[in-house]
Amino acid sequence: MVGIRAFGGYVPRMRLQRASALAATGWFAPGLKGLAKGERSFCSWDEDAITMSVEAARDCLGDKDRGSISRLILASTSHTFADRQNSTIVKEALNLTDSVAALDVSGSKRCATSALIDAFYAVEGNAGDTLCVATECNSQKPGSEGEFTSGHAAAGLLISKDDCCANLLGVHSVSIDFVDHFRKDGEEFDYAWEARWVREEGYGKIVVSTINDALRKLGIDASQIDDFILGAPIRKVSEAVAKKVGISADAVVDNLDAVLGDAGAAQPFVLLSHLLERAAPNQKIMLVGFGGGCDVIILETTNVVSNARSIKGISGYLKDRDPIDNYVKYLSLSGFLELERGMRAEFDQKPILTAQYRERKTVLGLVGGKCSQTGEIQFPKTPVSVARTERAVYTQEDYPLAETPAKILTFTADHLTFSPLPPAYYGNIEFEGGGRMLAEFCDVGEESLEVGMPLRMVFRIKAIDDRRGFSQYFWKATPDRDQLNKA
Amino acid sequence: MASGIRDKVAILGMGCSKFGERWADSTEDLAVEAFDEALADAGIDVSQIGAAWLGAAIDTVNIGPSGIPLAMALRLPDIPVTKVENYCVSGSESLRGAVYAVASGAVDIALAFGMEKLKDTGYGGLPARTRGTMYDMIGVAGSAPGFFAQLASAYRAKYGFSREDLKRSIAHVSVKSHDNGAKNPKAHLRKPITEERVLNAPLVADPLGLFDCCGVSDGAACAIVTTPEIARSLGKKELVTVKALSLCVSNGWELQGSGWDGSYFHTTRVAAKAAYKEAGITDPRKELSLLEVHDCFSVTELVTMEDLGVSEDGGAMKDVLDGVFDADGELPCQIDGGLKCFGHPIGASGLRMLYENYLQILGRAGNRQRQDEPVYGLSHNLGGMPYQNASAVVIVGREDA
Repeated sequence: MVGIRAFGGYVPRMRLQRASALAATGWFAPGLKGLAKGERSFCSWDEDAITMSVEAARDCLGDKDRGSISRLILASTSHTFADRQNSTIVKEALNLTDSVAALDVSGSKRCATSALIDAFYAVEGNAGDTLCVATECNSQKPGSEGEFTSGHAAAGLLISKDDCCANLLGVHSVSIDFVDHFRKDGEEFDYAWEARWVREEGYGKIVVSTINDALRKLGIDASQIDDFILGAPIRKVSEAVAKKVGISADAVVDNLDAVLGDAGAAQPFVLLSHLLERAAPNQKIMLVGFGGGCDVIILETTNVVSNARSIKGISGYLKDRDPIDNYVKYLSLSGFLELERGMRAEFDQKPILTAQYRERKTVLGLVGGKCSQTGEIQFPKTPVSVARTERAVYTQEDYPLAETPAKILTFTADHLTFSPLPPAYYGNIEFEGGGRMLAEFCDVGEESLEVGMPLRMVFRIKAIDDRRGFSQYFWKATPDRDQLNKA
Repeated sequence: MASGIRDKVAILGMGCSKFGERWADSTEDLAVEAFDEALADAGIDVSQIGAAWLGAAIDTVNIGPSGIPLAMALRLPDIPVTKVENYCVSGSESLRGAVYAVASGAVDIALAFGMEKLKDTGYGGLPARTRGTMYDMIGVAGSAPGFFAQLASAYRAKYGFSREDLKRSIAHVSVKSHDNGAKNPKAHLRKPITEERVLNAPLVADPLGLFDCCGVSDGAACAIVTTPEIARSLGKKELVTVKALSLCVSNGWELQGSGWDGSYFHTTRVAAKAAYKEAGITDPRKELSLLEVHDCFSVTELVTMEDLGVSEDGGAMKDVLDGVFDADGELPCQIDGGLKCFGHPIGASGLRMLYENYLQILGRAGNRQRQDEPVYGLSHNLGGMPYQNASAVVIVGREDA
């Protein structure tokens, strides 16, 4: 039976304190006062839809054999590239085999649930295990309602026929050009219509009727739904829809508005992943996506769910937070305000596409080499082994390092070099079992760096080429706080 | 079997421009200033120079990628001129070219030149620049202070020193160099500083503060070299000869292999050992009279004392604080003020270090002159980062030593 075999997510560590946003913009838009509670997640300068997807996928896959994955689908309304397969970058970062089929989907906030429905059908039809990732880092205009209500996050679901923790019971979709908001290709921000109309005509009628039709079609009574997930950026709309269709108020899943915000297309996956972390067997879950129509997916958890775990999970990432109460810092890291960067920022970051293609396993996959002659592990892989014991030429086999824990050998906090988030932390690191590299450290927190500190690798933007509109990706090291807290 | 360079080549003359923010002067002005001093010192005519090497490192904002600018600036007499670049060790590279050319018998008199005009870059510190396609994709676009500051983290971890103790010790390195530079009319920075000021300066790259970093300046320096026989035939009586020239370049072991702990320069240790062997020096702390090391940062000088074998491993902090390397100490280091006070016009630095050792050995260092008649002077020139670098050790001395 087709269903969800694994789940995981990612939430950026940066959390804008909404009260500080109001303190900065309230003079201009006092009507937003009611929204100025709690916090929302946002991408640091070196995170985007792609990097969040990679982390969510890693969180989902854990140490599962990635060789069984046949397809990768990436859903977002904020894809980094309009024409460069975003999902293929994720595939390279996950070091999946080249024979994986990768697909980007977009178009509305419903695109992730639609991709999921498509994945269920494909897996059912023997397309093979499909990794379905939804990610969102959409831009909201400073001082807008969306700035308060939205958040950035990603989540991944592995769709399979085997060992599922939640099986698919059925789906139902409608497509209707109901334009509650829109964003033309190339535009940065949404244009939105009145929320009352969206609530009453959109959620109150289109969503309600689609749910009713789905329940009827599948022969399930609304009262049987244990968990109701409707990622909606309008307050209390989930509760209102549930009430209208007859789903119990207790079944409405917390939309994480207080701690994350609405992650657009990714929100249904984020909430589902969060729910599955603590779900019991035999629960019926309704997952709804809304935008240019409506998708309804009904799932039922199995016994497997009790032992199913992601690495950190949405709840783990929610706990690992960096509260930002400096609104100007938020604006700057989000690219809405250009602070004077100085001459060092002029360094040309032009991508060398030939070299990047040739070295894609090294750069995107963090694949090093293990010398078959000496056993020496090194990064990057080179024609002649770095081993000093003997001269070994073209003896290295691929040796992936992305999932290998590392520790700090040397470090500094550099205030001179250009960084959008100074100081720039970097140093030499050593992987468990061997292999070294010079690495940038990201998400450095209150704890000060020390030689020997445990690290884990994360996929990030290395450099942004503003002149040509390109993002260069590579791996960085981040303090492994879970390890640190254990010690 | 290689017999080494010892005493095969003598320094016929040297010159060094004033280092500093030479806003009004072009690279050509700096070149002529250094060259005319060397030419007068050597007592020869420009037509007698058979070949020249030019060390310069940042050609995009400097003189361009060839030897032509030197030939044009000095109107060299239609001779071979080769530009060499090896990060910050470029000045020592030009010396290697000239010295080896003379030793091989290919030319009688050769010129080693280094010049750089960093104050035309517009940067405080060295400019951000590419380090190669692969490095730019997987390396870190850090700054020089950031790369060298990492030495401190590993050094502290290795020997268990507190950040405060280390900061105090490297502060003394800078205080000592400023004391020396204050006496040198060719130095860029000529004001003494206090330990308190060093410790309270803003951080550039933790734990290095402003005064832990060398200056950035314009400058040129050069050496005219020949055989001892030709030098004598030209009327020179007291000769300073080259005792050792060694260079070691990282092959990636520190960065990619296993075993290096980040607290020292592997290359300097290898180069120093080779230089001592070539020069016939067995106890460097006793036999060497003067050290001019690549103090791009105070912490670099600190660990270099151990890498050169003049301090025990883990003992440099104590030696520094005990004044061993002060101008009146057991083994003065940077008696001219070092990179700290001269600044670091990259291609010129290796030759500027040599210039001071040359002057001191000949007793021509004025109010900086070491009174115990220096015999051997070592200069150590370093390019790159601690984990990936080129390190040169040059020993010169009295011919009879």
